[in-house]
Amino acid sequence: MQFFKNELVVEFFEDKLAVGGLVIFIFLCVLALFPSLFSYQNPYDLTQLFLQNSFQPPNHTFWLGTDEQGRDIFSAMVYGLRISLYVGLASTILSVTIGYTLGLISGYYGGWVDTIIMRIADIQLSFPAILIALIIMALWGEGIGKVVIAITIVNWVYYARTARGVVLSEKEKDYAQSAKALGMSNFGIIFSEILPNTTAPIIVIATVRIANAIILEATLSFLGLGVPITEPSLGSLIANGYQVLFSGYWWDSVFPGVLLMVLVVSINLIGDRMRDIMNPRLKR
Amino acid sequence: MLKYILNRLFHSVIVMFVISFIVFFIMFKAGDPVQLLLPPDATQQDVIEMRHALGIDQSFIKQYEAFLKNVAKGNLGNSFVYGQPALNVVFERLPATLELSVLAMIFSILFGIPLGIIASIKPKAWYSKVIMFLSLSGISVPIFWTGMILVLVFSVLLGWLPSSGRGEVYLFTSAFTWDGIKHLIMPVLTLSFFQLALILRLTRTGMMEVMMQDYIKLATAKGVPRRVVVYYHALKNSLIPLVTVIGIQFGQLVAFTIVTETIFAWPGTGKLIIDSIQNLDRPIVVAYLLIISFIFVAINFVVDVLYTFIDPRVRV
Repeated sequence: MQFFKNELVVEFFEDKLAVGGLVIFIFLCVLALFPSLFSYQNPYDLTQLFLQNSFQPPNHTFWLGTDEQGRDIFSAMVYGLRISLYVGLASTILSVTIGYTLGLISGYYGGWVDTIIMRIADIQLSFPAILIALIIMALWGEGIGKVVIAITIVNWVYYARTARGVVLSEKEKDYAQSAKALGMSNFGIIFSEILPNTTAPIIVIATVRIANAIILEATLSFLGLGVPITEPSLGSLIANGYQVLFSGYWWDSVFPGVLLMVLVVSINLIGDRMRDIMNPRLKR
Repeated sequence: MLKYILNRLFHSVIVMFVISFIVFFIMFKAGDPVQLLLPPDATQQDVIEMRHALGIDQSFIKQYEAFLKNVAKGNLGNSFVYGQPALNVVFERLPATLELSVLAMIFSILFGIPLGIIASIKPKAWYSKVIMFLSLSGISVPIFWTGMILVLVFSVLLGWLPSSGRGEVYLFTSAFTWDGIKHLIMPVLTLSFFQLALILRLTRTGMMEVMMQDYIKLATAKGVPRRVVVYYHALKNSLIPLVTVIGIQFGQLVAFTIVTETIFAWPGTGKLIIDSIQNLDRPIVVAYLLIISFIFVAINFVVDVLYTFIDPRVRV
């Protein structure tokens, strides 16, 4: 139970909103992990869909209505949530790993390695993220794996920059210098000495950027350049429903949108609290 | 200072040069636009002639060389689809896009900063919590969903506002005619929602950080009225980092017009770029990206120069 006595953890649980966010996020993760337990039908098993059920407004059987193929919107949302979460988490883990490693190396070694990595980062940052992702996806075609890679390509820069900044100040500190004096290898110093001391800021940024990645994926899917409609995320469900919005079938797009919003708000509540706790300038 | 400016300028030119090369290469690899341009019953002869006319039957190096020669003459090539110089096509639609972005930015600043200050003065008050929760939704809602809900409520249900197009345009903008303003309201709101929330939150954090500094405590202890401390001493210093963010975010706004313009069928560059990417219209894509990155670079430059004036700690 050491974990719950940790000062930072205690501080986190002092904020009711953040705890609420955490509870909702865990609940959504459970939904996404076991979608078949919570849904009325497997929305992508065509044998379970009946055309006479198409475009039903919310009712007893179909709590949140159905789409043009008679698919239960709630079930589709649960499966969509799974894909949205997967893309958000996978792309964040990938970009943290890549960006962090490059940032550490760049900051520690300096010189031409640093110049090359940071020049690439500069060029990338001279463009809005969504544009880069959009062009990659437009030329590459739809696909879950492709979206994950596109978002990774866009996001690694932010971690690389943060990690580099932290390393620059850490490597001058006594512990790093003494490790060097003791004859530790550069890789050893970077990964076993500096890395553990720099994880806090990265965790905070990563949390916030999971939310960002999920929104980016949804936006790409909405533009028809993300996840294919045969395996839709929340974003592609919204895009699909948007096409019939003007015919009055509002439930097809509004409900997936609400779920997407709840998901992102819950992540942001957690991220916000972590940022406040970690920000030394707000400490009295 | 002059050396610094020249250095930055040189750096920017290199960046744009690299960008043009990368984009050119990606679009070259992406496929053959002729297949999309010609009708399905076109003969092999038509295909060959068209490829020759567009100059895409040559090797990559040759094509890029021709492109660079054109650039030296201030021409980015003719659009494959429109047949006109790509720069003209983009510039024709640029006012519509800039109009949206500028208005959205002004709106976000006008509301974001005051609300952020209010939320920072008494962070535990109920209204501060309401403001903060709303701003959290603001940064959590994808821009396309905001637009969709606005259309659903104000166009489909209430029928108050038009859901697409730009309306009557006078002097490059719709902001001077009543019809144009009605068309502008929803796209601008959609575009500014996220920005407003972001500026609000940064103002609040900035203010809270500054309020803990010793000089604020000193001013309060000296008996300077609370109002003066907040709106003069604290605000002045917490606005400095905001300048950078607003600069960077303006570029983001221009990029996000892609989404807004898609939803509201706004005839700007955002819709143009989506169509052009799909049509593999390379000159337009290259021209658009160069213009966007130019805007980005220019804004960053202006922000950096501004910085040296407003923050005495930064001296080049």
